[in-house]
Amino acid sequence: MRCLVLGAAVLAVGAGAAPVFRALDVELPFNARMYPALGRGAPPPEAINNNCLACHSIELVMTQPKLTRPEWTAEVTKMRSTYKAPVDPADDAAIIEWLVAMSAKTTG
Amino acid sequence: MTDRRQFLAAVAGLAASPARAQKTVDLHLPGGPSARPMTTAFPQKAAMILQRTTPPLLETPMAVFDRGIITPNELHYVRWHWSFPTAVDPAAFRLKVGGAVATPLSLSLADLVALPRFEITAVNQCSGNSRGLVQPRVAGAQWGHGAMGNARWTGVRLRDVLDRAGVTPGAVAVRFAGLDTPLVDDAPDFAKSLGVDHARDGEVMLAYAMNGAPLPLLNGFPLRLVVPGWYSTYWVKMVDSIEVLTEADHGYWMAKAYQVPANPTANVAPGTTDFAKQPISRMPPRSFITSMADGARLAFRAALPVGGIAMGGDSGVRGVEISGDGGANWVAAKLGPDAGKYSFRRFDAVVAGVRGPMQLMARARNMAGDVQPMQPNWNPGGYARNVVETIHAALA
Repeated sequence: MRCLVLGAAVLAVGAGAAPVFRALDVELPFNARMYPALGRGAPPPEAINNNCLACHSIELVMTQPKLTRPEWTAEVTKMRSTYKAPVDPADDAAIIEWLVAMSAKTTG
Repeated sequence: MTDRRQFLAAVAGLAASPARAQKTVDLHLPGGPSARPMTTAFPQKAAMILQRTTPPLLETPMAVFDRGIITPNELHYVRWHWSFPTAVDPAAFRLKVGGAVATPLSLSLADLVALPRFEITAVNQCSGNSRGLVQPRVAGAQWGHGAMGNARWTGVRLRDVLDRAGVTPGAVAVRFAGLDTPLVDDAPDFAKSLGVDHARDGEVMLAYAMNGAPLPLLNGFPLRLVVPGWYSTYWVKMVDSIEVLTEADHGYWMAKAYQVPANPTANVAPGTTDFAKQPISRMPPRSFITSMADGARLAFRAALPVGGIAMGGDSGVRGVEISGDGGANWVAAKLGPDAGKYSFRRFDAVVAGVRGPMQLMARARNMAGDVQPMQPNWNPGGYARNVVETIHAALA
């Protein structure tokens, strides 16, 4: 039980004894969700799914406030130029179209 | 329209099935999206607000802060920029100290534990805490107020480690990096630096324990930097490298990221992008009513108890005032025990209850005389928010 292990460690350090460092080997959850289709006639999610799933899961994109086209363009640019994400420049327009369309649906 | 259920299903990675309806929280972010799923899927963590699975961004629910001024380790918020090891062998871990030093060091945890022990209680707060409340809204992690936590940190003074290595005359800064690594070649490895005098001030420390226990992996096991009074971006997790520099750190994470307007309140007119910048640094005072949630509907009470937590930033909490009428009238709150100038401090007061909507506010003043402002600051990073926050409640 994790709680019992932590409780024992609290006593150890609190008493001034040397803390006990146990090796950790944990498993992180994985979110396999892809960026969703937005409906008939809307920009398709293929480009963003091909480029924007390797480094981060989708939640932070999906929880942005309603951003403008220049703001989304700046985000895509930052991912490539600053964070060196291997985004195919040929896909920029399609990624940004999807982001702008997704963002337009944002509601409180 | 992407409705709320579809949205939650998308971010939570679950089928939008009513049979598996999961608990969500509403962060009350103006304009939305405001709902977030709760998660218990992360190792060594209890129920947290899921902001992102990979790399993890986990927010502490506000109700946690009502239970005490110390945030339990399993509820302390989590924020990673890059990938990090999920297995760490403390016996093999080494902290390297190099650069402009007389004697480069490679220290084991046992070596660190053998140094004089130092403890301090300090608030660890993300530079972008409450970014989701900033208006006009800005891009970035859309935190509510829960990207913060308070802990009793145990470890060694950074000064003691630097003095063992012998900082060379002419050193100006000390840079810290951890076991986390970018996923892509050439991307900027996460590293932060402090001025050498700050690094040697006897309070900046290397913590190997948090509230008496080893750090959770997600909070930087086995060792993290603690910079009391400064934002968490400096509190490098899984720190395994200390490099003494003879010139200022021009790396991305100091020179380009985490920049705020170069004025005392980190404030520019909304929409401004061209302004003098400086790296974010010390924290200003903040306070949060935690005895009721924003949007609470409560039974009428003529004498309404209001409590919460305050922090002074880089000096102690001098006082907290409470208003039950949107800031027209204020009463002094009673402060709880003092756990040190960098800690949260409990406050409690009683205001006159009014039937119908009430706007409840807390306003902290620190020992340096800084008071939370009534008007919010704004900057394009959404950093360093410390406006007086409002809890909307309704009494009936």
